[in-house]
Amino acid sequence: MTTPTTGGGLLLVLTVLLPVVGVLLGLVVGGRHAQRVALVTLLLGLAIAVALTGQLMHSGEAVVYVLGGWSPPLGVALRADGISIVMILAVAVVVAFIAIYACGNFGTPAGVREARRPVMFWLLLLAITGSLNLVFVSGDVFTLYVALELLTFAAVPLVSLDGRAETLQAALRYLLYALLGSMLYLLGIFLLYGAYGTLDIALLAQRIQPETLAWAAAALMTAGLLAKTALFPLHLWLPPAHAGAPAAASAVLSALVIKGAWFLVVRLWFDVFAGVVAPRSMQLLAAMGAAAILIGNVVALQQARLKLLIAYSTVAQIGYLFLMFPLAAGLNAAQLDSAAAVSGGMLQAISHATAKAAMFMAAGLIYVTLGHDRVADLRGVGRALPMTLVAFALGGASLIGLPPSGGFFAKWLLLSAALASMQWWWVAVMIAGGLLTSAYVFMVVVRALQPAEPDWKPRTRVPRYQQGVVLALAVCSFLLGVVAWCPDVTRIGRPGLSVVEAR
Amino acid sequence: MTSTTFFGLCAAALVGLGCYGLIVNAQLLRKLLAFNLIGHGVFLVCAIIAHRGAADGLGGDPVPQALLITAIVVAFAASALAVALILRLFEETGSASLTRSDGLAKSDTAEQEH
Repeated sequence: MTTPTTGGGLLLVLTVLLPVVGVLLGLVVGGRHAQRVALVTLLLGLAIAVALTGQLMHSGEAVVYVLGGWSPPLGVALRADGISIVMILAVAVVVAFIAIYACGNFGTPAGVREARRPVMFWLLLLAITGSLNLVFVSGDVFTLYVALELLTFAAVPLVSLDGRAETLQAALRYLLYALLGSMLYLLGIFLLYGAYGTLDIALLAQRIQPETLAWAAAALMTAGLLAKTALFPLHLWLPPAHAGAPAAASAVLSALVIKGAWFLVVRLWFDVFAGVVAPRSMQLLAAMGAAAILIGNVVALQQARLKLLIAYSTVAQIGYLFLMFPLAAGLNAAQLDSAAAVSGGMLQAISHATAKAAMFMAAGLIYVTLGHDRVADLRGVGRALPMTLVAFALGGASLIGLPPSGGFFAKWLLLSAALASMQWWWVAVMIAGGLLTSAYVFMVVVRALQPAEPDWKPRTRVPRYQQGVVLALAVCSFLLGVVAWCPDVTRIGRPGLSVVEAR
Repeated sequence: MTSTTFFGLCAAALVGLGCYGLIVNAQLLRKLLAFNLIGHGVFLVCAIIAHRGAADGLGGDPVPQALLITAIVVAFAASALAVALILRLFEETGSASLTRSDGLAKSDTAEQEH
């Protein structure tokens, strides 16, 4: 079987290679140049992502690049289909917003030739972009393993950028979870190779049989990935890690990094294991998601600190991402088009990425202004940071799922998929989750709107452009529902979605 | 017992010991060693798969060996990162074990730049 390189294949290489070149270049030139290198690279990355999307929509087929002309199973192929392209585009856009915001916090101070924190932040931001793109375009399970490890190695130091003891502990806890997860994933890969003699996703999907070994590999790989994506009950590392990092880093970690491992679960379950996983295991996966939604939201309500509240809200929102599995399978079983559930899941991932990045950055601005982020003590924020509070509310509206936000449309797709496949229990979970989310978003907004004491002054003035960029990202998230009128890109190059019913 | 079965059991024992060590030890360095033990078990599985290719008269399957080298390098990098973090934690706190904390317990007083 040969899959030749298609038009635009070189863009796939560039989307991975460019950030890596940026990291190396930034490391060499160092100092304040690292920031410039990073900004230029991210801008180019955005252009490449747009070009790649254009290519995909123009041709209507997946873009493939066969490395060195050696086609699988001997060689390695990069492949971008509809779901990869939407993630690449989302990452490029969100990282660009975060980078503009971070200029305010991670500029090299005047008079210093090089400071550790800024240089490391910009290099790690590039490294995360590159490794996420590699996760999205990898065509074989071992390259995916390497990509996932690169992602972890870039994300862990971001957690402990401050170097304080508690952030170091959070980083180490994250690293231990991630390492155990990657070993389980690796064991799964080796079992698959031992049984079927290939690592290529397309070839594996053809050769895999419903037998004990495939189930063991699926269970090992999924368990490992769940530890990395922090699905309940493996979420314990996430809140301290995401809440303790600097705001721009929290935004990257919470909005983007966890989506890498989740994307891999989607890849495996829909493309590799589509024919061998039982509906019951999909229900189990979604049940863990449901538990995450309920428990994450309830715990978020009890948090005293804004950043921890947002971090627990991430735990809950990860749960929604796993509801798509039984819904897509249910639609397939009912001989209906399963693409709606998949599109809903992808849109949920993107709208959470934009909304959560905006909320973490808003929380960062609130922290700087007040000097703390105690939820009970947010008086005066509405007066001091009106744009930021609006941004927080809009991001929250997207998490709750108010129209016309991206979250609304995503939940609409998932809800209609649940009703069409007669799985009413997921409807109940989604509605309860929305209500709980609205409780803590309103709690924060109402407290922030209370007038401050007359003699109160903000501790620091926040630059206007930082407020503006947070608001812009939140508006993006809130208006993401307009994709309802766009062509459904996620279907491109994915005949594999019908594999479930074919077997 | 064939050599494949024997080494397979060895791999299982290594992974089991590693998981046990990872869970029961509080010291981070021991946790890291336990992780490496799990890693060796997993790598041994890969080596067995490469050897099985040789049993089929193929003169050894080169692909798992390539995977193995890559995986060892990745695990080495992971251990190096973990050791660096542990050393830094030891410098900051004087201890190298994870304490139960909600992560932000002290940041109320700590000057945090955001």
